[in-house]
Amino acid sequence: MSKQPEIDDFVGNSYSAGFSTDIESDSAPPGLNEDTIRLISAKKQEPEFMVEWRLKAYEHWLTIKEPNWAKVQHPPISYQDISYYSAPKQKPKLNSLDEVDPEILRTYEKLGIPLHEQKMLAGVAVDAVFDSVSVATTFKENLAAAGVIFCPISEAVQKYPDLVQQYLGSVVPYTDNYFACLNSAVFTDGSFVFVPKGVRCPMELSTYFRINAMNTGQFERTLIIAEDDSYVSYLEGCSAPMRDENQLHAAVVELVALNNAQIKYSTVQNWYPGDKEGKGGIYNFVTKRGQCRGKNSKISWTQIETGSAITWKYPSCVLMGDNSQGEFYSVALTNNLQQADTGTKMIHIGANTTSTIIAKGIAAGHSSNTFRGLVDTGPRARNSRNFTQCDSLILGDKAAAHTFPNIKAKNQSANIEHEATTSKISEDQLFYCRQRGISEEDAISLIVNGFCKQVFQELPMEFAVEAQKLLEVNLEGAIG
Amino acid sequence: MTPLLEVKDLVVTVEDKLIINGLNLTIKPGESHAIMGPNGSGKTTLSNVLARHPDYTVKSGSIRFNGQDILESEPEECAQQGLFLSFQYPVAIPGVSNVTFLKAAVNGVRKAQSKQPYDAVEFLQVVKKKMAELQIDEDFLYRSINEGFSGGEKKRNEILQMLLLEPKLAILDETDSGLDVDALRSVADGVNSFRNSERGILLITHYQRLLDYVTPDIVHVMMDGKLIFTGGKELPHQIEEKGYSWVKEQAE
Repeated sequence: MSKQPEIDDFVGNSYSAGFSTDIESDSAPPGLNEDTIRLISAKKQEPEFMVEWRLKAYEHWLTIKEPNWAKVQHPPISYQDISYYSAPKQKPKLNSLDEVDPEILRTYEKLGIPLHEQKMLAGVAVDAVFDSVSVATTFKENLAAAGVIFCPISEAVQKYPDLVQQYLGSVVPYTDNYFACLNSAVFTDGSFVFVPKGVRCPMELSTYFRINAMNTGQFERTLIIAEDDSYVSYLEGCSAPMRDENQLHAAVVELVALNNAQIKYSTVQNWYPGDKEGKGGIYNFVTKRGQCRGKNSKISWTQIETGSAITWKYPSCVLMGDNSQGEFYSVALTNNLQQADTGTKMIHIGANTTSTIIAKGIAAGHSSNTFRGLVDTGPRARNSRNFTQCDSLILGDKAAAHTFPNIKAKNQSANIEHEATTSKISEDQLFYCRQRGISEEDAISLIVNGFCKQVFQELPMEFAVEAQKLLEVNLEGAIG
Repeated sequence: MTPLLEVKDLVVTVEDKLIINGLNLTIKPGESHAIMGPNGSGKTTLSNVLARHPDYTVKSGSIRFNGQDILESEPEECAQQGLFLSFQYPVAIPGVSNVTFLKAAVNGVRKAQSKQPYDAVEFLQVVKKKMAELQIDEDFLYRSINEGFSGGEKKRNEILQMLLLEPKLAILDETDSGLDVDALRSVADGVNSFRNSERGILLITHYQRLLDYVTPDIVHVMMDGKLIFTGGKELPHQIEEKGYSWVKEQAE
């Protein structure tokens, strides 16, 4: 918590922070072909291996079809109408918060977002009141002293090509799926983290305080490598509602944990879900996967998903090293016409591997909320264990919750437990709260927060507080 | 003096079934009333209706709390104005700690009464003092509300909430059920400490047990949806001795 004010200051000024990349202000015409990819690669001044890899991905992409198995519906996406390279869009600059949609300001206020940060999010020109450069420098110095590399992936491609070549696509190959393949061909930026052997990263790494993350565009690529005996906690996202011109987002996140390494990856996602009729919302088709390559390694995914019109996302763990552990803690809230198809895959390959899945789905309005899970214990995964708890809470009588668990046990010694519940907020609980003087809306948020507690307690403190407020705001009007 | 509670000719149906049929009751500040009656006489329906449970329909009659008509009021509004119901079966809310719930309730009521809400530190001091009075362990604060609580713990928790919320009128629905003697005594001590010349109490009970510890001023007997007989503090013992059929004869 003590870092919070510093981070707040930093966020308010990150336009001038030290992470900026050199992107020229031109863009490619809409459409995707080899020339587009060569252009992206050239703009990024990438080494030869990158352009080759991108082109191979593109060739493969041409041979595959968009998947349609997810329980979501949307009009066809026209991939040739997207501009795959453009300079970060400058939002129209406003002169003061008075010019911002009052509805948005009200949301910022409820989320407790500091004023200067509100200005930045809403696209108001921010005065440089804080000495942000020194804060940025302090962060960079601390990380450098520890030997941790944390930079835009476009920078890593140039500065650390060997690391990138060794690890990029090693967890999510470009052949993995349609959207990951497209991302491999055209990604423009994202984050790169490398934590060397024996290092415990001295701070929580957050894309939130880096301006590049704000403008990585629709095809974001993140790669995190934790060498032997290292630890890193990475926070992604922002609780403020993020609007974006780009409707399709197809990100790829790859995590690699070597012997005894631990990676904790937390996400708070609140992208624009569209209006009450579901118009204009973001499609968030993400591939997130971690490999526990080393013995005793551990990867934890924690996600709070409240935004996007459509979410399609399965943060997964491949447990290769003996005794490695995978965890997935998720809260997915859908309201109005939002659709979420999310869950996880736990692939047990090594012996004595364990995994935990705690998934909480909350469906309100006319939304559809699906949990999709795979637990696969391979023949070598002796004494592997999984515990899955999958709870759905439905508000009102128009929302739908679905659960699709898939369990593949390929050896006798595996121990797999699955618990699932579906419930509604009971009238008795509501009346009890209201009889004590708590308003109906506060009562719902209290009960829903209780429902999500197991997941919230996995979040870093300041994120947990944000997550609670976020649910409150997103539940507004969920019960009429 | 304005009565705390004034119920006139109350008729209530649940799913078209007549449960309360012309009930009258007036409670003035400082008074403790008890309503006794056999199972199925409509006691719990009455307590829910008074607390404005949305599932119960008032067909006719009136309910005034503190001089105000509350038939159109929401449950939280009544609570904020100082009406408290101790539930017969307090419901569990998984994942919501007792301290979170208590603070939300107390500050909800304080805000409505234009009092400064407690901050976390102040609240802990206030709540810990009351808990000590009721002999409740501190770990209780951090457990999920009513989840896995014993019968005695649930009822002590209800009384703790009453003492924290400082209502004008407390309705205690079968607060003695499921309590052993020690728990009954500490609950009764809590209720007695709550009594003063401005507050009213309505004890709703099947047996006279609690009434041995919390002596009411006025005792009513409820049967078939109305109060058929009213007496003094000696009435519970007469009922215990002679049964409800005797009361029925007296009433006729």
